[in-house]
Amino acid sequence: MLAEATHALPYPVLTLLVLMPLVGSVLTLMSSSRRPEYTKLIALVTSVFTGAIGLWVLASFETGEEGFQFVSKHEWITSWGIGWHLGVDGISLFLVVLTGILFPLVIVGCDPHHDEKRYLAWLLLLEAGVMGSFLSLDLFLFFLFFEIVLVPMYFLIGGWGYDQRIYAATKFFLYTMVGSAFMLVGIVTTALLAKNDIGRMTFDLVEIAEGANFAASTGRWLFFAFAIAFAVKVPLFPLHTWLPDAHTQAPTAGSVILAGVLLKLGTYGLLRFGVYLFPEAALWSREIFLTLAVIGIIWGAIAATMQKDLKRLVAYSSVAHLGFIVLGTFAFTSEAISGGVMQMINHGVSTGALFLLVGMIYERRHTRQIAELKGLQKVAPIFAAAFMVVMLSSIGVPGLNGFVGEFLVLIGGFETARWWVVIGATGVILAALYLLWAYQRVFHGEPDEANSSFRELRLREGLVLLPFIGLIVFCGVYPKPMLDRIEPSVKALMDRVEVVTGYVAPEPVIHEQDDTEQDDTEQSVTDHGDTNHGDTNHGDTGHSENEGGEG
Amino acid sequence: MLDLIWLIPALPLLGFFINVVFGRLLGEPKSGALAALMVAGSFVVTVGAFFDLISMPTEERHHVVTAFSWVPVGSLHVDLAFLADPLSITMALFVTGIGTLIHLYAIGYMHGDPKFSKFFIYLNLFVFSMLMLVMGENLLVTFLGWEGVGTCSYFLISFWHTRESAATAGKKAFVTNRVGDWGVMMGMFLAFGATGTLSYAGINHAAESGALSAVTATAIGLMLFIGACGKSAQLPLYIWLPDAMEGPTPVSALIHAATMVTAGVFLMTRVNPVLSISYDWAPTLIAIVGVATALFAATIAVAQTDIKKVLAYSTVSQLGFMFLAVGSGAYVAAIFHMVTHAFFKALLFLGSGSVIHGMHHEQDMRRMGALRKLMPVTAFTFIIGWLAIAGVPPFAGFWSKDEILLFAFAKSPILYVVGLITALLTAYYMTRQVIMVFFGEARWNDHSEEHGAHGDFKPHESPKIMLLPLVVLAGLSVVGGAMQLPFTKDLHFLEKWLEPVVEFGEADIHHSWAYENKYILLGIAIVVAVAGILLSAAVYAKKKIAAVEPALLADGWKYDKAITSFMGGPGRRAFDGVAWADRTIVDGAVNGVGRLVQGAGGFLRKGQTGAVRNYAAAVGLGVVALLVWFFLRGVVL
Repeated sequence: MLAEATHALPYPVLTLLVLMPLVGSVLTLMSSSRRPEYTKLIALVTSVFTGAIGLWVLASFETGEEGFQFVSKHEWITSWGIGWHLGVDGISLFLVVLTGILFPLVIVGCDPHHDEKRYLAWLLLLEAGVMGSFLSLDLFLFFLFFEIVLVPMYFLIGGWGYDQRIYAATKFFLYTMVGSAFMLVGIVTTALLAKNDIGRMTFDLVEIAEGANFAASTGRWLFFAFAIAFAVKVPLFPLHTWLPDAHTQAPTAGSVILAGVLLKLGTYGLLRFGVYLFPEAALWSREIFLTLAVIGIIWGAIAATMQKDLKRLVAYSSVAHLGFIVLGTFAFTSEAISGGVMQMINHGVSTGALFLLVGMIYERRHTRQIAELKGLQKVAPIFAAAFMVVMLSSIGVPGLNGFVGEFLVLIGGFETARWWVVIGATGVILAALYLLWAYQRVFHGEPDEANSSFRELRLREGLVLLPFIGLIVFCGVYPKPMLDRIEPSVKALMDRVEVVTGYVAPEPVIHEQDDTEQDDTEQSVTDHGDTNHGDTNHGDTGHSENEGGEG
Repeated sequence: MLDLIWLIPALPLLGFFINVVFGRLLGEPKSGALAALMVAGSFVVTVGAFFDLISMPTEERHHVVTAFSWVPVGSLHVDLAFLADPLSITMALFVTGIGTLIHLYAIGYMHGDPKFSKFFIYLNLFVFSMLMLVMGENLLVTFLGWEGVGTCSYFLISFWHTRESAATAGKKAFVTNRVGDWGVMMGMFLAFGATGTLSYAGINHAAESGALSAVTATAIGLMLFIGACGKSAQLPLYIWLPDAMEGPTPVSALIHAATMVTAGVFLMTRVNPVLSISYDWAPTLIAIVGVATALFAATIAVAQTDIKKVLAYSTVSQLGFMFLAVGSGAYVAAIFHMVTHAFFKALLFLGSGSVIHGMHHEQDMRRMGALRKLMPVTAFTFIIGWLAIAGVPPFAGFWSKDEILLFAFAKSPILYVVGLITALLTAYYMTRQVIMVFFGEARWNDHSEEHGAHGDFKPHESPKIMLLPLVVLAGLSVVGGAMQLPFTKDLHFLEKWLEPVVEFGEADIHHSWAYENKYILLGIAIVVAVAGILLSAAVYAKKKIAAVEPALLADGWKYDKAITSFMGGPGRRAFDGVAWADRTIVDGAVNGVGRLVQGAGGFLRKGQTGAVRNYAAAVGLGVVALLVWFFLRGVVL
């Protein structure tokens, strides 16, 4: 179904997207230690350039196309059928763009305080890994990038983190590695089994998806091998406990990137390699994932409420938010999955911004303890206003981005996963509770002595936050451009699920309206006294409903 | 003009943006004036739209203006669209009209506040959200406004955020409202699942044509009602409204009396076809919740000493009346009472604000009295508001309350009797308030003696900009009843105007006993109102009867306290339990596995001694074991 769009390009943009930060990383390392300003400039230029390419891809992306675009495909290890196969579709597009935007902002906005050269080199290597993961259409290549990501993140947390950084970094690395081990077995087995159907060894995602025909039980085993790796990455309850530690101990840039894009490797992977490769298994196991997602929403929110460390609170809120994305993925309707994809971006933007803000608080006060902060709104009203907008987005107030994604997940899942949605939606109440309570303790009240000298938002900080706030408002008010690009690919994915499994996503009943409105009002005037009569009248025009609500 | 209705919400939004950027630059009166001007502009556009609509034939009074496609995914297509019909324009008229007056008032009231311009930023944002709520063509646009007004309410309640109680009250309002919002979302999802659309026209059409089953309609109606209970402060979710009085008084008047809190009634009226095809018990439940809230809040108001708290509980009570109307199928009466209530309650709140302003931020009625002579305009207008809410003819409140009681009687005499008792209590506690504040002996002298600093403390009348809104609202509270007089069909102006919106759901009571004897009911209502006033006068003015103000009532039946202590006690412990379990059980298991691996590694490491003899011994043992195995296999097989 996901036929590759014939979108040939004279030069391989996507390859450039991966190589650019890699080159930047090497150049940064090679630059002279005596001129740190050049080091930073190199890092900044390469990351800005990468971001610009990302935006260019966004601008020239063919809206309404469902397949992969800007495809670049080269043979690499021929005997094993491993290829350099990159491509972007509606599902990965905005993740790539977000990655491109986040890195330069983080490089400008966060200060590592020591060893800037190595710090920037790791950061750029991380960007290359993330880009590669989102763009790879080859299982082996994906695995390579997916694992590369761990290394710079490990060193960033361990090298530039806070007091418990070694514990957190090790936990992050080992936990994710255990998951990845399952995936590696899964990938190799998938390729070996697919060989029987396809006739040759290949790791190509699209070829395997279209050519291979796994038995149901085999598919389920393979699916779980992938799903465990992604569930750890998301993280899905109860595999989430590495996250609060990693987030809290990571330097601000690490937290922003971790929340902004790294976690999305998990949710993206579930869609791209879970649902796409093994639709039958994904559908078969949906109740497990829905349940864990909903538990995560509630559990994460409750745990967030009781945190004493502001950064840890935001980390737990991520567990809750990511639960919504998984809920959308396994609700199996176009609306819910599109909402989930959109929520990946929304969460990246708002939680990324929250981590930046918490980082700024730490820079000023050298504490993240909620109890030690008080009354900041009085001394820094602009800072407080920025925090407020980001917080409202995270709470999911309509008009801001967070709402649209959550709403689509919930309304899309209501027919297919009703009770999970009913319970999951209470997470919206809890989100208001933990964030507003934290806001009250940190920003409201009369500032005490330690907080009364809290510095107002500086220009540079404001400029870094501005794109975040702009995206928060724009995507909330006018999500259409985004949804228009996401939806065709999601629709194609859903079509594939339906074709392979025979599952049919419920379509809500559409009543005739608008054009026939005038007639209808008149008609209802005449026959509303006898509703049964009205029913038969309308039944003739050819739509059968009443089941819509209960089905 | 009708194509310009998008301007109605857009103008306050523009004011919001201008004040966000230039607010501090514009400074004290100007930023407020700009905000007021924007709302006044909306009012003018609304009036224009009103005349356009009224000149059209009744059945064509339904005009949709689509701004852009908002959320288009799969089978879901939601436009950011505005609807001009009699209901939305009625709402917009009083929201912008009263909004303008309150903006003017606030210019005087907020004089000297260091966050003057910020106040008007929030106020304009609120008016914008409220207008989105009422002008929305579909549930989602309404929900945008619905959450928007909740957010602005949060901003404005905790406007004086350095005060701990204000900050807590704001948070409480938001979170409590979110509980209701969950219901609205469920209602939306159900409606979308059953009808494939979120537009009111589509949903109501499905209800009217019979395409919507009674089961689904009941579920939709009740879920939306949960939301209405949150927003309109009904049992069991009313607890945030009394606390919301922490906000500046213009906010209490605009948001927590006239406009936002009526949003629930509006939503119920909007989907009246859905309610009318649900099972009978659903509207009955709404009526019961409404009348129970009305009575409950009225009993509490009897024993309050804070001038604004009396009005807050009175608002809860009056909103209960509106839900009684909704549940009785009296949608016209509900909207009628909503409008008259907006007049007189905004008037009463602004009057109380004027008193607080004149009394140098004193809110305790026990320290007031005899203000009639010092604040003549405030006193005069407040007295009109009092007569209106007490149900004395010919003031506005009398007519609307009477209409509700008429429909309630037709639904069930029990509802009527409880409503009547509430009306008696209303007259009683409002008279108590008027006497305590404006009549009797001056008790504020004590105050100046207690606080030596206020040596020459003397209450004063408020500036003209604050009195003008009072006078206008007083005028409206006198004549407001004229829009729907019970005497002949020709005088049912509001009913005729709203007919295209409510005709499907409106109960037909023309053949009921109550309707045929409506003049008797009218007489009873007058007797009850007068009885309440006289009783109160006997207690508080003549002191012939001892006042009954039990602590239980002053504490609001301890309902709020019970919830607070539950949240702070078992609720908090449960949350702590989850956090503990996450740390020790979920994460403990992870670290346990880690230690196990570490331990196992340590154990296995002991085997790697490097001593050749040990390895040789192991090899030898292995060989023996293998031999044994081969031997056994050979024997057995």
